[in-house]
Amino acid sequence: MPNMKAKVYVTLKPSVLDPQGKAIKHSVELLGYGGISDIRQGKYFEIAVDGSLGEDQARAEAERMAREVLSNPIIEDFRVEIET
Amino acid sequence: MKFGVIVFPGSNCDHDAYHVISKHVGQPVDFIWHRETDLSSYDAVIIPGGFSYGDYLRAGALARFSPVMNSVKEFAARDKLVLGICNGFQILCEAGLLPGALIRNQELHFVCDHVNVRAESANTPFTHDLKPGSVLRMPIAHAEGNFVCDEVTLRELQRDERIVFRYCDREGQITEAANPNGSRDNIAGICSRGRNVMGLMPHPERACEDLLGSSDGREIFRSLAGTLAAAA
Repeated sequence: MPNMKAKVYVTLKPSVLDPQGKAIKHSVELLGYGGISDIRQGKYFEIAVDGSLGEDQARAEAERMAREVLSNPIIEDFRVEIET
Repeated sequence: MKFGVIVFPGSNCDHDAYHVISKHVGQPVDFIWHRETDLSSYDAVIIPGGFSYGDYLRAGALARFSPVMNSVKEFAARDKLVLGICNGFQILCEAGLLPGALIRNQELHFVCDHVNVRAESANTPFTHDLKPGSVLRMPIAHAEGNFVCDEVTLRELQRDERIVFRYCDREGQITEAANPNGSRDNIAGICSRGRNVMGLMPHPERACEDLLGSSDGREIFRSLAGTLAAAA
């Protein structure tokens, strides 16, 4: 069975200030890019998952990993996608 | 009384903490490698500053999974004293032993400076020798010291007098200009519900000798040793 890929996106909660995103936005504006109202920086993880797990279980495992390790629920949200 | 200083790969203030306990507190102290799990012979442990696991993922995030951290949780649950300094504070927050989180400094810079903090509570094992409102001068050195928490947590910390240190100016005034990293409510250090776990961003262990610019940090270690002596 082919491997699956779990993609985990971790982003700061909207209520949490993102100084890095703010600095990036500032630089981008200095370069002349217009019409940008906000930039938020996040993290992206690609996790190779054994195909024998099945999509539902792979999603459950990736979500658990995202909750327990990859994100800090006090300051961050996450989203999981499974690519088969 | 016996102290332990926990050492993670990437800890770099472990020797400073060890030096202060052995020289200024004058008590036995061991380094505890993060793979060890037996803390039964210790009365207090210090989680020192540094860059455990290179600050990968988030500051303190990976250290929390080291074997010793389960023992630290049990140790804290037995009302033993745990002091987290800088990266140690970040680890305690990630491990859920203290509330909130420490994120990137508001102005992005790594801040390395001497700051003033005001003792907000003498009602902890780490500060009972301090006069509430007294100002301590200690160094900070961090990129992620910006304390954040939600409104409910902040209220609880304020209500229960668990905010132990706040950044202030020389006169002890809490001002925005005196806040080096954007921390909510100028928070520099907090304690747990049981008051036996404290985390702070400033480095008291690097402020124990006048030659280093300040010896104000000694008051924290004096309080800590006094607590243990009284309990013995």
